[in-house]
Amino acid sequence: MSLVRCIVLTGNGISSEMETAHACQLAGADEVQTVFLWDLASGKASLDAGQLLVLPGGFLDGDDLGAAHATAIRLRHTQVNGQSLFEQLQAFAARGGLMLGIGNGFQLMVKLGLLPALGDPLGTPQVALATNLSGRFEDRWVTLKADPESPCVFTRDIDQLELPVRHVAGRLIAPEDVLSQLQQQHLAPLLYAHPLTGDVADTHPHNPDGSALGMAALCDATGRLFGMMPHPEGFLHRTHHPRWTREERPEEGDGLAIFRNAISYIRDNM
Amino acid sequence: MTHRIEIQLKQEFTDADGQRVASDIRERLGCPIEKIRCIDVYSTDAELPRDDLEALAREFADPVAQRWSVDAPLASDFDWIVEVGFRPGVTDNAGRTATECARLVLGDRFPADGAWFAARQYLIAANLERAQVDRLTDELLCNDLIQRHRIVSAADFDAALGLPTEVPRVTDNAEPQVRTIDLEVSDDDLLQLSRDMMLALSLPEMQAIRAFYRRIDVQEIRAAKGLTPQPTDVEVEVFAQTWSEHCKHKIFNARIAYKENSDQPEPEIIDSIYKSYVKETTHQVRTRLGSEDYCLSVFQDNAGVWKFTDDWNLVFKAETHNSPSALDPYGGAMTGVVGVNRDALGTGQGAHLFCNTNVFCLADPFYDQELPPRLLHPRRVLEGVRAGVEHGGGKSGAPTVNGSLVFDERFLGKPLVFCGAGGLMPAVINDKPGHEKKANAGDRVLMVGGRIGKDGIHGATFSSEELHEGSPATTVQIGDPITQKRMVDFLLKARDEGLMSCLTDNGAGGLASSVGEMAEDSGGACIDLALAPLKYPGLHPWEIFVSEAQERMTAAVPPEHLPRFLSLAKEMAVEATDLGEYTEGPYLELHYEGRPVALFDMDFLHNGVPQMELEANWTPSDESPVDARTDAPPDEVLLRMLGRLDICSKEYWVRQYDHEVLGGSVVKPLCGAHDDGPSDAAVMRPLLDSMRGVAVSHGICPTYSDIDTYHMTACAVDEAMRNLVCVGADPTRVAALDNFCWCDPVKSPTNPDGDYKLAQLVRSAKALKDVCITYRMPLVSGKDSMKNDYAIGDTRISIPPTLLVSAVGQLDDVRVAVTMDAKQAGDLVYIVGTTHCDMGATQYFSMLGRKGGQVPRLRDPEGTYESYVWLHRAIKSRLVASCHDLSDGGLAVAVAETAFAGDLGLSVNLADVPAEGISCCEELLYAETPGRLLVTVSPASAAAFETLMKPYATRVGLVTEARQVVMRGLDGEVLIDADIAELKRAWRTPLLFQEVN
Repeated sequence: MSLVRCIVLTGNGISSEMETAHACQLAGADEVQTVFLWDLASGKASLDAGQLLVLPGGFLDGDDLGAAHATAIRLRHTQVNGQSLFEQLQAFAARGGLMLGIGNGFQLMVKLGLLPALGDPLGTPQVALATNLSGRFEDRWVTLKADPESPCVFTRDIDQLELPVRHVAGRLIAPEDVLSQLQQQHLAPLLYAHPLTGDVADTHPHNPDGSALGMAALCDATGRLFGMMPHPEGFLHRTHHPRWTREERPEEGDGLAIFRNAISYIRDNM
Repeated sequence: MTHRIEIQLKQEFTDADGQRVASDIRERLGCPIEKIRCIDVYSTDAELPRDDLEALAREFADPVAQRWSVDAPLASDFDWIVEVGFRPGVTDNAGRTATECARLVLGDRFPADGAWFAARQYLIAANLERAQVDRLTDELLCNDLIQRHRIVSAADFDAALGLPTEVPRVTDNAEPQVRTIDLEVSDDDLLQLSRDMMLALSLPEMQAIRAFYRRIDVQEIRAAKGLTPQPTDVEVEVFAQTWSEHCKHKIFNARIAYKENSDQPEPEIIDSIYKSYVKETTHQVRTRLGSEDYCLSVFQDNAGVWKFTDDWNLVFKAETHNSPSALDPYGGAMTGVVGVNRDALGTGQGAHLFCNTNVFCLADPFYDQELPPRLLHPRRVLEGVRAGVEHGGGKSGAPTVNGSLVFDERFLGKPLVFCGAGGLMPAVINDKPGHEKKANAGDRVLMVGGRIGKDGIHGATFSSEELHEGSPATTVQIGDPITQKRMVDFLLKARDEGLMSCLTDNGAGGLASSVGEMAEDSGGACIDLALAPLKYPGLHPWEIFVSEAQERMTAAVPPEHLPRFLSLAKEMAVEATDLGEYTEGPYLELHYEGRPVALFDMDFLHNGVPQMELEANWTPSDESPVDARTDAPPDEVLLRMLGRLDICSKEYWVRQYDHEVLGGSVVKPLCGAHDDGPSDAAVMRPLLDSMRGVAVSHGICPTYSDIDTYHMTACAVDEAMRNLVCVGADPTRVAALDNFCWCDPVKSPTNPDGDYKLAQLVRSAKALKDVCITYRMPLVSGKDSMKNDYAIGDTRISIPPTLLVSAVGQLDDVRVAVTMDAKQAGDLVYIVGTTHCDMGATQYFSMLGRKGGQVPRLRDPEGTYESYVWLHRAIKSRLVASCHDLSDGGLAVAVAETAFAGDLGLSVNLADVPAEGISCCEELLYAETPGRLLVTVSPASAAAFETLMKPYATRVGLVTEARQVVMRGLDGEVLIDADIAELKRAWRTPLLFQEVN
């Protein structure tokens, strides 16, 4: 069993690094390092030592030009030691590292083509996260149903989760053939669901953004790269839940399972 | 040669942005819009080959979702096209980011002075006349103060070339100049000068400046330093800035002769409201708290600081941004949020944010009369300020946790936009108390963050005046939250490395304020204005010094730390510039390219403003009783009350803010069985490894000012405290902030009742002191805004005197927090506090159009406080299932809200409700007497609860399985029997603005 080292990215508009790092700690990581994007760009920091890289929520580059769009350009065009930052991310993935993008971090992974990465090569965007169908930013809690057949290592043994969404651009859109491949290969590990029936939700409010086929998250075929619009770091303790003052709940929040899965995968496999 | 890149969502995908604009237009203007699609336009005047332009277009567009073009229009399939872009010099965030990206992609091939500018096209499919398109553009798409637009019909559209490419560069390249201002003129001319230069200085103030420059010692030192005997424009502008009402609070510090009634022989002399009532309150509370005093830094810094844990201090500040928001609600509110966030950041050695709050006072969003000139429709103001907070707060990375919307027709003249920021600061930073800071002689003067432009010039002087025809558009700014976020990241790192000895915000007054204030620590400063980085050339030295361009902080950096400070800034993509040094003084010296342009005597600059002398005369209102009975069916009255704008659900607005980021959310703005009940206050756990909590609430009730501002204030203070108690905060450890927004209280020919408005201010301050002292609630920070009037032509609109009390409490353990929703059928319902016949200026009277009656008043502050202390004990002992305050709409509204938030019924006997002087059920139902709460308790806890709360709480009813609100009248008859679904619908829909897509 190896030590589990997490890297949480911050800077340039990221805002959830603190609670995301806290989630990694609670989930049992041995070491959690919060690294500024700027330090990666200057070569002062690298991804070499990490096994789990988390890209937290926020507003990268203010989301000007579209959610996470400008930062995707930044990563592709910033060279460090003869390699772009994007190539560093690719190398990290190729090495077998786990990557988790949350909210804005998920948007970044999609913009970079790290997700869903159907076929080769990594790096071609295949889906997009467009403005919510309502046209509005929305903060609300949703129910998510896990796809048990998904290769995703982050959602193993998860059946259902309640988590907050907090975004204005989470509507997953893609050409039909891409959508059907995602379905066939079970690359949408979490789906927006109706809280009572558990059925996949296709309309507001249970599908808060109008995502195609209720897709709230994506992974690649290896299951090690994973991104989701809802915020697992927003539900770590029962007091995070909007109804904790009226419902009996376990001390631990639903979101922690995502981080725990990542860490036990690393312990077992890396 | 100019170029443009156009980007559009592919036709096969739903354009949700366009849909939302279309639905807004349909709903607000009733225009029959079929469809709107949007195109983003980026334009440049950089000389670039086509290959490079196409490379950029490919980068700027999303390959899956969007299509693009270079120098060719994408628009098709529309009836009208409207293009909206910014005017030169206005903050253009998308343009700036596109420029940064172009430099990354093209490297040196992108010219050093190259820039991209963003605009948006709306392709409108609708059968409209040109006049209709003009109107929807003017009312919804474009604010001409900061934006430009072009409207073209399908018939006139050039399908080959598209619209002409606009590149809004600032081209006014004036040679920087310093003028000498002749003050040796007549008094009339002095006043005219003040008006012409937009100084907003009075005659005595202008005379005081003139007298200063006549002094022999001043003349000698000026000659020795190479300055003209008469002041330079830099100096005069800085006096105007520093002595502005906004910065100096002259009215709050005036000497006031106050008469409580007209036959009072001698007036009471009040030497400064601020010193006598605000500062004095805190002083007395702290003395009373003795060794338990938790305050650390009050009034002297950008925000108040007090103790949270052994290792952490709390920081809080609330500000208003009324005048800018009147002209551009989006930019005004956004800069309000990012501005108050810089205040929290720039307190002590620096704090990080954990929450934002915001309160808006507006006119009816469904206002259907003609608007007076220069005013924006209240609905537009509401949407604009909402979006400003969404972007300003969201991109600052702090949750927006508490706030309210307050409606009164007089806020048409000036909307009030209050923004609050809460921060956390280490108690000790590098072996020094975190709340202490001081610039030392020899430290370097560093400007950090954004650049200086003409935006925000005269902001401080402008907000010290009523809104008038010549109100300058340059005061309108749009925030740049990402530049600020990068700066915050950098400054907190620099703080932790111990690189700064002092840090402050560049807010109102810009460098003039920040350098001026910090120079007070060391004694003086000497800087060269030519070193300050500019957004574009052509600024005069005075403009550089007083510009309020956003996203800037000023730091004092010891010279030995300068290299590290500058290199760290560079690594973190933040601009930091060394402008000069802090000195022992006694002068603040300004140079431009080495030449002296201004010299200030620090003492005169900060203390030379003559004290205003004002009169205040109070006239009591008629409070004789008015019959509260009505013939309308009681159920129907309750439904109408629930649908009133001040009472109804604000869910539409709350959900469009992130209220959970940073992971500390415990009690959210919405609570209950269906996540839509109205929480009384927010609770957070800002330290993630601790269960210690912070609660944030506010109190505001401006309509009571129509009768008596003393009671308005007492109620606002009580409401803020009571809301904290509701969620479980400890009432013995609360800190409060006062934000006064008044109409002009200086009597003049155009403001004949100024002396009454000042008496209203005096009475408000007296109540603030009385109640805060009784409640052991120190005021740790505050602000006042005194000219919230509109005067154009014959129309004068003055806002009702408004006090916002923000309160911050603490919980030893957040797991005892309580929400307002009924929890379980069978729970018992209690009322804390006694209901009086307080019907004046209530929601109920206002709905029925009745004037007069007794204004709600806090009769026994000490007893009320005691009841809160005991209720807190009950909550801490986990005896309370739900707790909700009785405020707008009184008991009936609180009962209904508690019921439908819990998805349960409530049955209440009015005959059991403790009351005095009540003559009918309507009074019991709708009186707004403060100090009252509705509490539900499980039967298992009832005995213990009653023992603790014996003198304070009375059992009045039951939580029921049947989803009905049942109220029995004084004679036991069933007065109200209403389905909670129906009550909830009435409450939930008025401000939902939901067009289902």
